[in-house]
Amino acid sequence: MDAYITKIKAISERLLKDGTVEAVIGFREGTMPMMSEPCFIKSSDDVKDLVWNANCRINLANYLTNRKEKIAIVAKGCDSRNIVNHIIENKIKRDQLFIIGVPCKGMNDKNTGALQDNCGTCTHRNPVIYDELVGDLVVEQTGVDKYADVKKVEAMSTDEKWAFFEDMYSTCTRCYACRNACPLCYCPTCFVDESKPQWVGKATDPIDVRTYHFLRAYHCAGRCTDCGSCEAACPQNIKVRQLTKKLEKDCAELFGWEAGLTLDKRPPLDTFNVDDPNDFIK
Amino acid sequence: MMKVINIDKQKWAGGVESLSKSYRLFGPMKEDDSHNFKELKKGELPDLAYGNTKLSPKSTVFPPSEAMFTYTLDESKPDHHILQDVKKDYSPRAVLGMRPCDAKAVSLVRMNFDTPEYRDPYWMDAYEATTFVGLACDAPCSTCFCTSTGCGPFNEEGLDVLLVDNGNAYIAKALTEKGEKLLAAAGFADKGDDAAVATKKAAAEAKITAKIETDKLSEKVIMDLYDAPFWADIAFSCINCCTCTYACPTCWCFDIQDENKGNEGVRMRNWDSCMTPLFTMHGSGHNPRDKKPQRVRQRFMHKLKYFVDKYQKGIMCVGCGRCVQQCPVNIDIRTVSKTMNDYVAKC
Amino acid sequence: MQNPYKAYPVRIDSIDVATEDKSLRTFKFVFLNPEDENKFAYESGQFAELSIPGKGEIPIGIASSPTEKGFVKFTVFRTGLVTNHLHNMKVGDIMGVRGPLGNSYPLKALEGKNIVIIGAGFAFTTLRSTIVYMLDPANRKRFGSIDVIYGARNPGMLLYKDELTAWEQRDDINMHITVDGTDDPTWKYHTGFVPMVTEKQAPQADDNTYAIMCGPPMMLKFTKPVLDKLGYKHENIIMSLENRMKCGIGICGRCNIGKELICKDGPVFTLAQLKFMPEEDT
Repeated sequence: MDAYITKIKAISERLLKDGTVEAVIGFREGTMPMMSEPCFIKSSDDVKDLVWNANCRINLANYLTNRKEKIAIVAKGCDSRNIVNHIIENKIKRDQLFIIGVPCKGMNDKNTGALQDNCGTCTHRNPVIYDELVGDLVVEQTGVDKYADVKKVEAMSTDEKWAFFEDMYSTCTRCYACRNACPLCYCPTCFVDESKPQWVGKATDPIDVRTYHFLRAYHCAGRCTDCGSCEAACPQNIKVRQLTKKLEKDCAELFGWEAGLTLDKRPPLDTFNVDDPNDFIK
Repeated sequence: MMKVINIDKQKWAGGVESLSKSYRLFGPMKEDDSHNFKELKKGELPDLAYGNTKLSPKSTVFPPSEAMFTYTLDESKPDHHILQDVKKDYSPRAVLGMRPCDAKAVSLVRMNFDTPEYRDPYWMDAYEATTFVGLACDAPCSTCFCTSTGCGPFNEEGLDVLLVDNGNAYIAKALTEKGEKLLAAAGFADKGDDAAVATKKAAAEAKITAKIETDKLSEKVIMDLYDAPFWADIAFSCINCCTCTYACPTCWCFDIQDENKGNEGVRMRNWDSCMTPLFTMHGSGHNPRDKKPQRVRQRFMHKLKYFVDKYQKGIMCVGCGRCVQQCPVNIDIRTVSKTMNDYVAKC
Repeated sequence: MQNPYKAYPVRIDSIDVATEDKSLRTFKFVFLNPEDENKFAYESGQFAELSIPGKGEIPIGIASSPTEKGFVKFTVFRTGLVTNHLHNMKVGDIMGVRGPLGNSYPLKALEGKNIVIIGAGFAFTTLRSTIVYMLDPANRKRFGSIDVIYGARNPGMLLYKDELTAWEQRDDINMHITVDGTDDPTWKYHTGFVPMVTEKQAPQADDNTYAIMCGPPMMLKFTKPVLDKLGYKHENIIMSLENRMKCGIGICGRCNIGKELICKDGPVFTLAQLKFMPEEDT
């Protein structure tokens, strides 16, 4: 990956100097071990601050939402799929972007240093959309069971499931780091912040906590690329992806859908097809 | 002045048990891969082999949510639409094993909740019922920078008792009457001496290499820092979650909200954060801090400048390092303060 | 000390629709416990939190004057959750009033001085309180000349029309009522924006002349240079600010501008003080 950063810096410097873009969104060195900080480089003099390593796990597409200028962005596989999503959902225009594509072999978990959970089962390490690659495409993983964790929960009894989720969310403080780190969560007023009427309580009552997480997962269904930013952001180390993975599995099984792979199709909860499954209508 | 007691570690469990008869006890408990302050059940001992907790013990006097009043909207009842007090348990309580940084934070926060004009009954009643027993830090974390905030690993401000680990025993310095009362209730009465403390204190302080630079900030007028050009750069990566404010022991902002179920309801007080856009949203839809750099600026200016100017008691930060450890995008208050400090020096 | 979060129970004694578009209503509250009225002793310029259990609280300037006994009056603009509910309440309904909060117009310092009161729109409420207080026979002699410049969009939007007409007849107060525009042929007062009318009608400044200003940001922005031109010292220009509030007692931390808490260190500030406070509106 060291070769990547040389390329990233070279491309960024060139784009800034010749005015192709007004800024580059990338990462700079963090102050904490195993962390890096997203940054906004406007001058070619500052390109030297850019870094690329296994701690660049936060999804930078999150910083593109509703931007108006021409911008370059460093994007690994999952990030690029969120950029596709953003373009489909009109959060950014394709011609504003210069996507610096990074074929990725996985990011580190910030607590253990081992490979991050979502990277272990990733089948889209290569950017699906880019303007220039910083290295050769990597081999995509095959034969990984993306839904092993989900199947474990699906196999539980109702009481076990209840206890599982009750325990999982018991430490949630409603800080919304998961929501705010997610590129998909860009609603001007999130449903938890609505007051007329108010849908969810704002305190840490377990019912309100679970309502928030369940509903957010549903709002991400068919759009989530499993970038893992939500889990990486959570200060309480809650396995936030447990729910989003289940909905990802459902979309794959019910609609044959994987998010963010093509600009030509809209996510399943956005469109309707006559042969959509409807056996739930009795 | 006040007593120094020697607590043989063999006698610790027994003492805690005695305390549990007349105090509700709170202490750090292991939770997965970290610690958090919890109310101790009968027979439980606080886990004192810890660095610091994920969330600060501010929740013992200032819970994330608490009921302020109840009310009924049922017009057939005589006191409908009139706020009723909530019965609270302010029986004596003790926080065992909090770090000196968190204890100093409680004294700083008190300045907000206890003013000449107004006294917040919920915070103050909890505070006055609490005896704070601190545990000095022998092994500060790499992110601790308390010594440059006017605090330190053996600091006594805000504590009623300071425990210093001395191998087979704790040296317990009773710092207030409340502290003496607690030690007596626990049955800890063996006379001790604090000769060993000074060396340990120096050793612990020497281990702290991280620092925050704020010496120039009090010189400048608010406006110069406010209009400084670096806020947009500092704020870019911020995702405006509440992680730093919830983890911070000196953050106190809260929201007041009514929650109803049918005809009954409760007026709640919940932790809130200046990092969220809704914090300052006017009913008209106008928002004086609708841009991210404005909110990020507010947080750091409040901690490092507004508080300093308003109370002249130093910065509103005790160097616990939680925000640095937990920020999802690694925004570091030490870096920000250096940027602010250097900017003042340059002007 | 009494619990500062607890509201005094009041009963709605009367409701007047204050403007022709019904966006403003004037509420008269009577305390359920007579001794609460003494506890609520207030001064002009202060505000109170109108507390509706089940909905929330709103900070509203007190429109009645301390010289008016037996009730407190507020004029409320309908804009959000609580105000909408309040506008739908009826005479006889029970709710709460918490206060008085904030600092007041420094009327003691204004004794012996000439005062120019400038207001626009529905910010005129606390100015009404001030005028009624000063015109009271017990107080009038303590003040010099009083000029009032008050403007609204059109005649139907002027508050307290009957009182404005009554004051216009008096010779111990100079009224300069204006509207932005009107096609009412019977309109006999001024036409034009408040800053313009101020320039024409306000007395030239001297050490003995003070201005009290209260209005929307636009009006304040354009009236300040007029007062500068007329020579008003910034320590002699008194203004009332507003901000999002919850506790109203300087504890919840949300209403600050710089180090000042608008609910406690304000809402009344002189222009000289404001110069040292950040311009949070930009």
